[in-house]
Amino acid sequence: MTPATYSATPGGFLLVLAVMLPAAAMLTMLVSRPRHARTIALATMVFGLAVAFWIGAELMRSGTALIYLVGNWQPPLGIALRADGLSLMMLAVTALVITGTGLFAHRLFGLDATTCDGRVATSFWMLLMGLWSGLNLVFVSQDLFNLYVALELLTFAAVPLVCLDGRGETVAAALRYLMFALLGSLLYLLGAGLLYGTYGTLDIRLIASASEHGPAVHLALALMIPGLLAKAALFPFHLWLPPAHAGAPAAASTVLSALVVKAPIFLILRLVLDIAPPEAAAFAGQALAVLGAGSILFCSVMALRQARLKLMIAYSTVAQIGYLFIVFPLAAGGDGVPPWGTIAWTGGALQLTSHALAKAAMFMAAGIVAEAIGHDRIRDLGGFGRVLPLSAATFGLAGLSLMGIPPSGGFIAKCLLLTAAVIEDHYWLAFTILAGGLLAGAYVFRVMNRALATPAVPLVLRQPIPLGLELIPLALAVMAVALGFLPLEPFGLLQIGRPDAIPVVAP
Amino acid sequence: MSALALTSASLFGLCGAALVGIGLFCILTHPELLRRLVGFNILGAGIFLVFGAVARRGAALGFGGDPVPQAMVITGIVVAFAATALAAALLRRLFDLTGRASLETGQAELRPRSEP
Repeated sequence: MTPATYSATPGGFLLVLAVMLPAAAMLTMLVSRPRHARTIALATMVFGLAVAFWIGAELMRSGTALIYLVGNWQPPLGIALRADGLSLMMLAVTALVITGTGLFAHRLFGLDATTCDGRVATSFWMLLMGLWSGLNLVFVSQDLFNLYVALELLTFAAVPLVCLDGRGETVAAALRYLMFALLGSLLYLLGAGLLYGTYGTLDIRLIASASEHGPAVHLALALMIPGLLAKAALFPFHLWLPPAHAGAPAAASTVLSALVVKAPIFLILRLVLDIAPPEAAAFAGQALAVLGAGSILFCSVMALRQARLKLMIAYSTVAQIGYLFIVFPLAAGGDGVPPWGTIAWTGGALQLTSHALAKAAMFMAAGIVAEAIGHDRIRDLGGFGRVLPLSAATFGLAGLSLMGIPPSGGFIAKCLLLTAAVIEDHYWLAFTILAGGLLAGAYVFRVMNRALATPAVPLVLRQPIPLGLELIPLALAVMAVALGFLPLEPFGLLQIGRPDAIPVVAP
Repeated sequence: MSALALTSASLFGLCGAALVGIGLFCILTHPELLRRLVGFNILGAGIFLVFGAVARRGAALGFGGDPVPQAMVITGIVVAFAATALAAALLRRLFDLTGRASLETGQAELRPRSEP
């Protein structure tokens, strides 16, 4: 065990910048004129990307985690911010997807000059910045209560995004989301209280380094993990997600689906890998894998049965999230290999990244289709590939990654998971991964089939779509595919800041 | 003296647990959103009481009480207030738009299942 004291590292202030830049931007928007909101948001994205890359460079240079002590107070009392390799990966993907979404929303709102600085657009920019701040805080905070506040900040930004257009059904979807999210965070808070009562600290590393684990820890984790699952929308807690993500405006569903559900999953990873005693971690891993497998199979079938494009993509999100949970038993390792040294861990991290990029691209493409044609009923979309070739190509490229077809990031991720499942004799998980891939192929093909069909009456675009709007999702989809060409060496990055770091295992 | 302090802390803890139970029951069994919202507040109050009981344990070390959980309770109350306000505003909007005050739409699969 590493000694559980912190010492601030030189680049630590970057973590504060990552959290505070978007928050400051949101506050500035509150006091400035509505038409400046867009400019402020786009400027913040430039700085946010720069900060993410700077953190990356700093992490690569030093090879150890970045640490910042808030107010210079040591953790039993103070709060530490800490970024290791996994945090950096999430920070970078978040910055990329948010920037992509920002450019997309800028163009999309720009289509209609009367509403481009209206109430909806201005609220969108503020909520997007709040979301970004909350996400970054979840990825760098080490304090369980601070994480609770971050999760709530995330919820309060995400719920209004769902009902941005103010229709009755989206307000109902937002309320359903809020109910699940509130119950989840209250259960998490109760668990955090019990942990504080046991250890007298809320710092993840201090709790992890404690030698004794009493029954209170098990109870606390049994409260916190299901609470987070309700927020992460794992089967069977997924009921709120499809209506919420499908009803939100295109730019909003992009961030909701690609990023927001990842935050509670990131926290579950931290809890299971860092805090849980080994036998509890093994049990939780099995249970999570069963739910994950259920998620993959059930929600892929549900995705196949949807009549609307956006609902289909939303169900596909729940299915793809399932892959992240089958990592737990596969990464349990054994033979003295820590979880983060296994190929399943690398696969899971790649799945997180490639899904975020591919799903963002897919939701944007669906948004363009809905905007251009006026509806998103899959049956009546025959031939949309002829009028919107770039969006159809985007959909196909993103679909490659979801299905796990080479060459794509999703392929490498699923290939690694499959290999791990076979090596570790979890044949039912191997079967689930293969079946999930087939089902994903079926639902992506269903849409591509319509895209390439020749309809009796050619589709007419309701309004012309500028090239720039279509290029943004295409760029994200190409990135998701390009992850498949990445040598796995950068994922040695995932070892940075883990205790007992070992050389990366690549197949 | 310390036995007495322990008893009062335990009593707070038990009351907190009871409130958590009542709140959860209220959230899970009532489809009306306003009642659920009240349930969330009862659940939250129970959790804060548990935090209070946790704070009293610091008293055994000769302190008057551990200030950290108290600080967390204050933050928690602010967050809970914000959540309640957001939910109430959305609920009012839902009622204005559709005349409904619950999420029940007659379709069984749309009913939120919020078992923990």
